[in-house]
Amino acid sequence: MLRGLSAFLYGRRGFYLSLLLLPPLLWLGIVYLGSLFALLLQSFYAIDEFTARIVPTFTLATYGQLLSHPANVDIILRTLAMAVAVTLAAAVVAFPIANYMARHAGPRMKAFFYVGVMMPMWTSYLVKVYAWRLVLAKQGVLSWFVDLLGLAPALDHALSTPVIGGPSLASSYLGMFVVFVYMWLPFMILPLAAALERVPESLLQASADLGARPGQTFRQVVLPLALPGLAAGSVFTFSLTLGDYIIPSVVGAPGYFIGMMVYQQQGTAGNLPLAAAFSVVPILLIGIYLTLARRLGAFDAL
Amino acid sequence: MTGVQGMQAGGADTAPPAAAAIELLELSRSFGPVRALDRVSLTIAPGEFFALLGPSGSGKTTCLRLIAGFDRPSDGRILLDGADVTDVPPFERNVNTVFQDYALFPHMTVAENVAYGPKVRGVAAATRHRQALEVLELVRLESLAGRTPAQLSGGQKQRVALARALVNRPKVLLLDEPLGALDLRLREEMQTELKLLQHRLGITFVFVTHDQGEALSMADRVAVFRDGRIEQLDTPRGLYVRPRTAFVARFVGSANVVEAAAAARITGTAQAFAIRPEQIEVLPDDAPLPEGAVGCSGELADIQYHGATSRWHVRLDDGLVLSAVRAEAATPGPTPQAGGRVRLAWSRDSLVPLADG
Repeated sequence: MLRGLSAFLYGRRGFYLSLLLLPPLLWLGIVYLGSLFALLLQSFYAIDEFTARIVPTFTLATYGQLLSHPANVDIILRTLAMAVAVTLAAAVVAFPIANYMARHAGPRMKAFFYVGVMMPMWTSYLVKVYAWRLVLAKQGVLSWFVDLLGLAPALDHALSTPVIGGPSLASSYLGMFVVFVYMWLPFMILPLAAALERVPESLLQASADLGARPGQTFRQVVLPLALPGLAAGSVFTFSLTLGDYIIPSVVGAPGYFIGMMVYQQQGTAGNLPLAAAFSVVPILLIGIYLTLARRLGAFDAL
Repeated sequence: MTGVQGMQAGGADTAPPAAAAIELLELSRSFGPVRALDRVSLTIAPGEFFALLGPSGSGKTTCLRLIAGFDRPSDGRILLDGADVTDVPPFERNVNTVFQDYALFPHMTVAENVAYGPKVRGVAAATRHRQALEVLELVRLESLAGRTPAQLSGGQKQRVALARALVNRPKVLLLDEPLGALDLRLREEMQTELKLLQHRLGITFVFVTHDQGEALSMADRVAVFRDGRIEQLDTPRGLYVRPRTAFVARFVGSANVVEAAAAARITGTAQAFAIRPEQIEVLPDDAPLPEGAVGCSGELADIQYHGATSRWHVRLDDGLVLSAVRAEAATPGPTPQAGGRVRLAWSRDSLVPLADG
């Protein structure tokens, strides 16, 4: 019986494949893309001012509302600036670590690093955010340590900087930035390490052999070939920062971020179309980001 | 290939001139407890085509990497053109390498790959592009300058790697198994081409190979490596005609090696020797031994037919198997069948006494 079935399926590749693919395709199609489409659709509806009901007719009024209020534009720019800063910092911090993991670490050290990078992800996200709030607090362990090193004036100076500063790290954009970088760092390290591992050692030797100093080899060979990994990692750090609403509400200055707006508009404010319009913004920004990355040749080496 | 053989004969046994292109002094490299290279000393003359030959793990590639500067020796010195470069990084050595996997930069075109050397040395864009095209012309690839390495065949990649390594006009070109990844026909073509190129440019070539045929046909001199040491350093003809050890006799000439005990039974003296297959004559079992010849008889185990030649394996009564090569033209009449008895004979002069075994 079973042999008959195997023989039947073996001869019919297409049938067999579609049988395997159907369930995940249904999931992807309906649950994933369907809900995304519903979200997009919602953003083209508007809410009735009096009854607070959604009027299902096509209108750009919600987008008008989104872009006409300076406060909303502020939120978008603030979130974008944070996402860019976090992505750049994550790339700078991740590169040496990923490079060590991919190129220099022995098998044991490599396993240790992979576990070390991924271990924080096994802990609850909320616990980590609240823990950071305590670490960054005015009387927290970080300021104690900075004091111990005699660097308190430097920290005070940083906190007195307008915009990024604040009364303490826990209630400043600087602190929020630190937490964001910490949270998304593994998402940058792992694709970057994978990309660097694919660069054969002989390419670096060839570069040195032809007369390139280590800095030139890095710029001309390593960086261009690591670019796809860097692009993949930055898509994570960029989009995760654009959409997050927990970190900005627990740590940092009181200003709103896109994620918080979405959360608030679909919850307490009950304005589903505006929440949908807000959540379209990160999608658009990431689309623009990917287009730019492609133009700059980030995916050429793929 | 005959012209190449003639050139080798001219260089035979002449000592390299005083100003050596490469000089290795007691060079060693250990990896943990393993001595990959064990006090190797050798001198390579300017313009010489020098081969490092050996099985995998014999230290030949380690030796090349040390000359290129990718690795530092545990002990010993390296001199290039008379100057001590032991502690000089690869980017400051006037030596270029053709890598086994070609190591072409995948994100650059062929022309950009070749122009990379001048580029990192600060040559202006227009000049280095012209230089790249000149060298590409040398390897007959100027028409592919705009392609990327992914669009090239193995043989083309090989030429690009060669062009890229030659564009800096190095004093010494190092080649790490340069023909290993090519098919047989292309390999023979490239052997000739490399030899001609080397002759034309007058650059010292040092190349690593595990293929004794390649080493014999291309090199002026060959260093045979075994277990991190040089087993024998000689001209190709010297290695083939006068192997010093059983290892060299087997590895270079695929010669028959007869160890001391068996030698005593055949020649009457307990001295190990090598005898090359083409010097053994196969006679009918009842034929008389020619004047001044050494002989023995055994059972014809099998015959491998190679076209121009055939290789006969004969099992002697003590179990030793000797092989004899006969040219197709020299085999008149009915051939003996496997399983029949034959007599082997060779002249006393063709025995090569071995230092070991």
